[in-house]
Amino acid sequence: MPHPFNPLEQMMKPQKTDTASIPFYRDERVLNTAAQIISTVAIFGFLVWAVINFLNAADARNMELSFKFLKEASGFPISNPPIDYEAGMTYGRAFLVGLVNTLLISGVGIVAATIVGTLVALARLSSNWLLSRIALVFIEFHRNIPLLVLLFIWYFVVFGFVPPVKESLVWPGPIYINKRGIYMAWPRLTETGSTFVILFVIGILVAIIAFIILRRIRKNTGKNTYFIPISIALAVVFALAGWFLSGGSPFAIDIPFLDGFNFQGGLRLTPEFAGMFLSLSLYTAAFIAEVVRGGIQAVSKGQIEAARAVGLSQFQVLSLVVMPQALRIIIPPMISQYLNLTKNSSLALAIGFQEVFAVGKITINQAGRAVPVFALIMLTYLSLSLLTSFILNLYNRRIQFVVR
Amino acid sequence: MAIKELDQDIMRPPQPPGLIKWIRDNLFNGIMNSVLTIILFPAVLYLIYLILNWILVTANWRAVSEFPMLFAVGQYPRDQLWRVGVIFSGLIFMLGVSWGRWGGLLRMITMVVVGFLVLIAVLPVQHPALTVQMRLYLGGNLVFAALGFLIGKKTKLKEYLIIIFWFLIPVGGIILLAGFDSSAQLPAVPTTLWGGLMVTILLAAGGIVLSFPLGVALAFGRRSSLPVVSAFSTIFIEVIRGVPLVTILFMFSIILALFLPAESRIDRLVRALMAVTVFSAAYSAENVRGGLQSVPLGQIEAAKALGMGNFKTTVFIVLPQALRAVLPAIVGQFIALFKDTTLVVIIGINDFLGIGRSIINSDPEFVQMRTEVYIFMAVVYWIFSYLMSLASRRIESALGVESNL
Amino acid sequence: MEKEPIIKCRGVHKWFGDFHALKGIDMDVYEGEVIVVFGPSGSGKSTFIRTINRLEEHQQGDIYVDGIELSHDVRNIEKIRMETGMVFQQFNLFPHLSVIQNITLAPIWVRNWPKNKAEEKAMELLQLVGIPEQAEKFPGNLSGGQQQRVAIARALAMEPRIMLFDEPTSALDPEMIKEVLDAMINLAKSGMTMIVVTHEMGFAREVADRMYFFDEGLIVETGTPDEIYKNPQQDRTKLFLSQILQH
Repeated sequence: MPHPFNPLEQMMKPQKTDTASIPFYRDERVLNTAAQIISTVAIFGFLVWAVINFLNAADARNMELSFKFLKEASGFPISNPPIDYEAGMTYGRAFLVGLVNTLLISGVGIVAATIVGTLVALARLSSNWLLSRIALVFIEFHRNIPLLVLLFIWYFVVFGFVPPVKESLVWPGPIYINKRGIYMAWPRLTETGSTFVILFVIGILVAIIAFIILRRIRKNTGKNTYFIPISIALAVVFALAGWFLSGGSPFAIDIPFLDGFNFQGGLRLTPEFAGMFLSLSLYTAAFIAEVVRGGIQAVSKGQIEAARAVGLSQFQVLSLVVMPQALRIIIPPMISQYLNLTKNSSLALAIGFQEVFAVGKITINQAGRAVPVFALIMLTYLSLSLLTSFILNLYNRRIQFVVR
Repeated sequence: MAIKELDQDIMRPPQPPGLIKWIRDNLFNGIMNSVLTIILFPAVLYLIYLILNWILVTANWRAVSEFPMLFAVGQYPRDQLWRVGVIFSGLIFMLGVSWGRWGGLLRMITMVVVGFLVLIAVLPVQHPALTVQMRLYLGGNLVFAALGFLIGKKTKLKEYLIIIFWFLIPVGGIILLAGFDSSAQLPAVPTTLWGGLMVTILLAAGGIVLSFPLGVALAFGRRSSLPVVSAFSTIFIEVIRGVPLVTILFMFSIILALFLPAESRIDRLVRALMAVTVFSAAYSAENVRGGLQSVPLGQIEAAKALGMGNFKTTVFIVLPQALRAVLPAIVGQFIALFKDTTLVVIIGINDFLGIGRSIINSDPEFVQMRTEVYIFMAVVYWIFSYLMSLASRRIESALGVESNL
Repeated sequence: MEKEPIIKCRGVHKWFGDFHALKGIDMDVYEGEVIVVFGPSGSGKSTFIRTINRLEEHQQGDIYVDGIELSHDVRNIEKIRMETGMVFQQFNLFPHLSVIQNITLAPIWVRNWPKNKAEEKAMELLQLVGIPEQAEKFPGNLSGGQQQRVAIARALAMEPRIMLFDEPTSALDPEMIKEVLDAMINLAKSGMTMIVVTHEMGFAREVADRMYFFDEGLIVETGTPDEIYKNPQQDRTKLFLSQILQH
């Protein structure tokens, strides 16, 4: 029998409370709340138990849990520090040195890995069978050996057999390779050099701004603003100005020379740094190669054909159609690989390269403050990870195109 | 029709025989490629010649060939090796059972492994480690495999029982190898004596077996509607994924003791296993979470509408689909775990890599032969890893055919 | 003789956050009746049918299914879900199980039937919906119409007293709609109590005992198919009917 409806009447009916009639162990609201309470208690209980144990143990061993030790003098040296450091300086300073080393090797490693990885990816995609197979061997070789084994091979085998200082290998450059490292000629900033650098940087910024503005004008009005040549010209002009204003010699080349038992001058890469750098870069390059290859292959042929059909040149097809789409696919896993590289740099402990983890380990050995040191180390890596995730999310949000 | 065929004949260009055509298309199509080929081909040949020459002529493999047992089991007491044998043969047996029950990829794996063992058994070279006993044992595994196969194929053994057995092997293995202080038949063998490939495989297998359920639990925890559980899981996962494995290893090695009651003492190897497990679990958790997210809501609704509760829905409907969706990623994580076990060298555990380094450092003569040792170890790791990724690719394609979605 | 309705709804309200989806629904469904619920999208008809088996929770009002009150009592919810079967617009078959496994899963694990009893019943039901030969196939290999018929069999396997259909043919290609509707018509004629949310007016005309027109969370009009088609009382009903009966 159809029931008459009465909207106004229904809307005003009060909420029925029937909690009394349901036994609590079957009431879904009670069960829900109970689950919340139990889980909270369990987890917090566990954490509290752990912390209590910890404080007890810390007490029993008279462990100091503050970060005061950072001001104490460290007792250990660090070879070839990137910033000034001597054995008598504070632990805090040593930690900083380690941090700089981590950033240094990660930065250089990322650049090298990207370049090599991209080249290998292109080689892998080459129509030349031989080249493609060589790239394949490179990739499969590095993807299947553990990084630590690779590191040991570079450090103990390759660098293990380099000649002593007096009989250094000489490569064009000049580059000297011996047991104490790789020495190469390196530009050094003279007194007037800073002028050049400042103007050079300003020039780049101006060029970028000009590029963006002029390109926007071109897009909006269709008028040819020659934004590429103008930006390049601007950068060059500033650089030249800087050059002249610094007296024509902003840089001096430091050439390493043999002085007694050691080389002086130039840039010195310790065997540790070199071993770490080479193994890390090549290892990550193999993974990056696969990422890049995947991205390029993912851009369907139809896209390229359509672009050509519309009349875009080979270069335009590449830059306007293929690369944007390929990059979308490539960048997130690429950034993951960068993060992996940074974390993998911690393996340096195994060969004595003093990056942040190794420094931390020595600090613990000497000063015994395991917990604060660990906290610092983990904080460092976590910051880098979070920074990377943050950048990744920003990028993803920016390139998100709305899919219906 | 006659006329059409004639047309086709006229239109087809004359074809040179296969190989030449292939060379033309792949190595010499265009000037750039031709130049490249001309430069690369002799270079590659020369390189291969250099490598072969080194391997067969100049290299001194003594550091490797003198210590097969060290590489295999470290310093495990030689009179207790039967325990290792039991576990190893148990593994072969389970492989046979799995092959009998499921076939497919497992047939290839079992045959390769057993074939390899038989090969070593019949190798016509003299070696102190290759006694008659050893040969018989190695070849005898063929019997275990065959037995397992028969049992797997003929009996109606439940599938999940087999899986449970697999899970028990690493755990049971560790207990068997460790022994007990009071026992006469199974005397305790301290883990400091364990080493070599045995330790590597134990860590990898144990890590895989333990990290997977933990990862699934973490994935569910992260997606839980209980805020405390979700927060805890999320923080746990993100912190572990944000730091390198060495950090976790050291944490478990040095700091763990501080968080447990004062009297407890956990074996060094177990701590390493825990570290590797926890580390891998965080990554697996993210993989599983991706899989869980991919299961459409409608699946859960349909299960609920049929009267299935939360647990049954999860076990029968959600998990099978979620895991199937991300199986390649999960297997990839397992392979990474295997390679990561090398890091235990840094906390002083003598896994396969560690044994190699110990041998090198034990004698100045061996220091000279370090190249050979490192290359040998690299090759072994490479082979294991490559075979695992081959298997992974086979699994992927098998799955693709079956699910048909 | 006044029987108790098998489904009784009084003053059912549902909010999604601030959005008032159901603004007080009253409905009585007697055993054996076939009810068709229709209306524009967003009118709350799907929401309503999903509150009956607790896929959505109603915040106000009473719902009684087969005498059991749909409340916060988990046991009640469980019992009600066993008494009602649901067929979804997106079929929601379990892709990793074969057709027959889809159908026998719940009877085996919820009703604790032995495997052969469940399989027998499954084959019976597959026969009923006309596709017994598909038993070992996987959902991915079936057409949409076949999948939906399997979904119907799966719901029937739990021997529900009420079948709920949430736009069962909306996701089907036109040529497959008939086979599913035929199965539903057979079911209706066999005396099953059914609530069907659908736009298929032909189906309504053939087997519905009553139709309810939903709009903006309220029941605007109700009546037998004859009454609704020949003599719609409300303007909104007239408007909606004219829109969908265009073709």
